[in-house]
Amino acid sequence: MSMSQTTPRHIPDRLRSPMQARLMSWESLLLAVAVGIFILNTLASPYFLDAWNLSDATFNFTEKAMIAFAMALLIIAGEIDLSVASIIALASTAMGVAMEMGAGTPVLVLVGLATGMLCGAFNGALVTKLGLPSIVVTIGTMSLFRGLSYIILGDGAFRGYPADFAWFGQGYVFWVISVEFVIFALLAVVFGLLLHKTSFGRTVYAVGNNPTGALFSGIRVDRVKMILFLLTGLMSGLAAVCLTSRLGSTRPSIASGMELEVVTMVVLGGVNILGGSGSIPGVVIAAFVMGLVTFGLGLLNVPGIVMSIFIGLLLIGVIALPRLWSMWRKKRV
Amino acid sequence: MKFAKLMTSVAVAAGLFAGPVSAEDMRIALVVKALGIGFFEAAAKGAEEAAEELGGVEIIYTGPVDTTAEGQIEVINSLIAQRVDAIAISANDTDALVPTLKKAMQRGITVISWDSGVADDGRMAHLNPSSNALIGNMIVKLAADHLPDGGDVAVLSATTTSTNQNIWIDEMTKVLGNYPGINVVSTVYGDDLADKSYREATGLMQSHPDLDAIIAPTSVGIVAAAQAVADAGNIGKVNVTGLGLPSEMAGAIESGASKSFAIWNPIDLGYSATMLAHQLATEAATAEPGAEIAIGRMGTITLDDSNAAAMADPFVYDASNIADFKDIF
Repeated sequence: MSMSQTTPRHIPDRLRSPMQARLMSWESLLLAVAVGIFILNTLASPYFLDAWNLSDATFNFTEKAMIAFAMALLIIAGEIDLSVASIIALASTAMGVAMEMGAGTPVLVLVGLATGMLCGAFNGALVTKLGLPSIVVTIGTMSLFRGLSYIILGDGAFRGYPADFAWFGQGYVFWVISVEFVIFALLAVVFGLLLHKTSFGRTVYAVGNNPTGALFSGIRVDRVKMILFLLTGLMSGLAAVCLTSRLGSTRPSIASGMELEVVTMVVLGGVNILGGSGSIPGVVIAAFVMGLVTFGLGLLNVPGIVMSIFIGLLLIGVIALPRLWSMWRKKRV
Repeated sequence: MKFAKLMTSVAVAAGLFAGPVSAEDMRIALVVKALGIGFFEAAAKGAEEAAEELGGVEIIYTGPVDTTAEGQIEVINSLIAQRVDAIAISANDTDALVPTLKKAMQRGITVISWDSGVADDGRMAHLNPSSNALIGNMIVKLAADHLPDGGDVAVLSATTTSTNQNIWIDEMTKVLGNYPGINVVSTVYGDDLADKSYREATGLMQSHPDLDAIIAPTSVGIVAAAQAVADAGNIGKVNVTGLGLPSEMAGAIESGASKSFAIWNPIDLGYSATMLAHQLATEAATAEPGAEIAIGRMGTITLDDSNAAAMADPFVYDASNIADFKDIF
C-alpha cells in the first residue's frame, strides 16, 4: 500500500508473516465497512441514531456472538461445530424441565450451562476419541439434540419462568446497556486474551495449522480440541440461558438455523474456514457489521429475504475481494 | 479502500428498496409468519384495501424469512424503533413474542394479533377468522343449501380425538333443528389420512345408498371424499362439502363432486385486522371485554372475556370464485 515508485527496494528488519499482514488489513477493512454501514444507516433512517433503538439492535447479534467467539477458536483449530443451535434447543428444554420441577433462577442457569457442556463433551468425545470428522459428527448431533428436545416437548412449550430469570435476556445493567451486551463485551475480552495472549491460544493456532507438527511438538492436540468443544458447548448453553430468558418460553424450534449465522459471523470476521488463522477482534467487528446491517435494513422495511441476500453478498465479497486484490497485484508486478 | 466503496454502493442500492415515508400517515404494520406465503400475501391485499378505504394509512407488510419467533422479534424490534402506530401480527409462537410485544405496548404502540394469536398479555385484542359456532352452522348450511327438500347427510371427520372437529360437529348438532329435513345418518373418522378417509367415504356411500351429501370439516377428508365420490361415479348424486383449501379443492369444484365448501378468506382477514388496529390506534374504540367494534365492510365484532373476537362466517367458495383463490392458498 505504501509502496511508492521512488523508494528503493527495502529490506525489512524483521519478517512479517503473511498471515499477520492479512489479519491486519482484514480488520481495518471490516472496521471501514462497519463505519460505512453506520453512516449509511444514519443517513437512510431518522430512527437509527437513537440510544434505545441501537440498544434493541444489539439483541440481533449478542447471543450469536457469544457462540461465535468459541466457534472462532474451534474453527482456527481446524474443527467445526454445527450443532450449536440444537444445543441451545436441548439446553433450553432442560431448563424448562428443571423449571417445571420447581428450580429457581440460579439452578436454571446451572442446568443450561451444564447441558451445553455435556453436549459439547459428547461432540468432543466422538471427534477426539473415535477420530471422526467434526463436520459429520456435529451434523449428526444437530439432529440428535434437537430431536431429543422435540421428543420431550412435542408441539408444547415450557412457559412461566420465574420473574427474576428474565434479567438475563430482558434486563439492563444501566440505562440502555443490556445485560446481554455486557456479557458479550466481557466474553470478547476474555476470548481475545485467551486466543492472543496465552500459550493455549498459540497451541490453538498450531493445531489448526499443522496438527501433526503440533503433536510432535508436544502439544496434546486431542486435549486442545476437547477443551474447545467443551467451550463451544458452554457458550451455547450460555446463549440458551439468554435466549430463553429473552423469549420467556421454550419451544423445540428455538434458535433454528442459528448455527449458519454463527459460522457466517466467524468467517466474516476473517477466520479461515480451513483453520490456522483468525482473530477475536475480527469476529467482534463482524458481529457489529451483521447486527447493523440487519437492523438498518429492518428499519427500511427491506424484506427479510433481501437481507439474507445482502448478508450472503457481504460474506462472498469479504472473502473474494482480498483474493481478487492479490491476483490483480500479481498481474501488475 | 476500494472495498468499502463497493460495500457502500451495495448498501445504497439496498436502501432503494424502501419507499418514501410520509410522516403524517398512520403506519400500521402487518407482521406475518413468513414472507412469500400465498395466504399472507392475500391478507396484505386486504390490508391495502382497508388502508385505501380509511385514507391516511400506510401499511408496512413485513415478516421474517422463516417461520421463527426469533425472526419475528427482530422484525418487531425494528418496527418499535420506527415508532409505527400499530402492529397487527400473526404469531409464530404464542409465548415467545410476549416480552417484545409488551415492550411495544409500553412505548405506545397498539398491538393486536390475528389468525394465529399471542398470549393475552402480549396483545390488546385478538381477531379469530371465525368462531366454532359459526363454523358448525356453516358446514351444515353448505349441505342444506343444495338440499331444499331435505336429505341424508354423513360426516367424515378427522380422528375421534380431534378437538377442533369434535367441537365443530357438536356445534353443528346444536343448530341441526334449524335445517328441517336434514338427517345426519352417520359420523365416520378418516384420521386425517388420505387413504383412510377415502375408504371411509366409499364405505359411507355403500352403506347408505340414499346418501345426498358428505360433510368433511377437515381439509384432508374433504379432498379424499371428493375423490371417492368421483371414482364411484356419484358426481351429481352425492355432494361433498365442509372445510377445505381452494388450491386443493379446485379440481373437485370443477368436476362437480363438490358444489361448494368453506374456509376463511385471507383478504377479509387482512382487511379486518387492519380495521381493528386502526380503530384501537385512533382510540375510536377501546379493547375491553364486551366492546363492539366496527370493522368497515365486515360489520361489527364483539370482544369476548379475553379480548378475542371472531371475524365472520367462513367464506364460501364455489364455481363462481374458485379460480380467483386457487392460486392464493
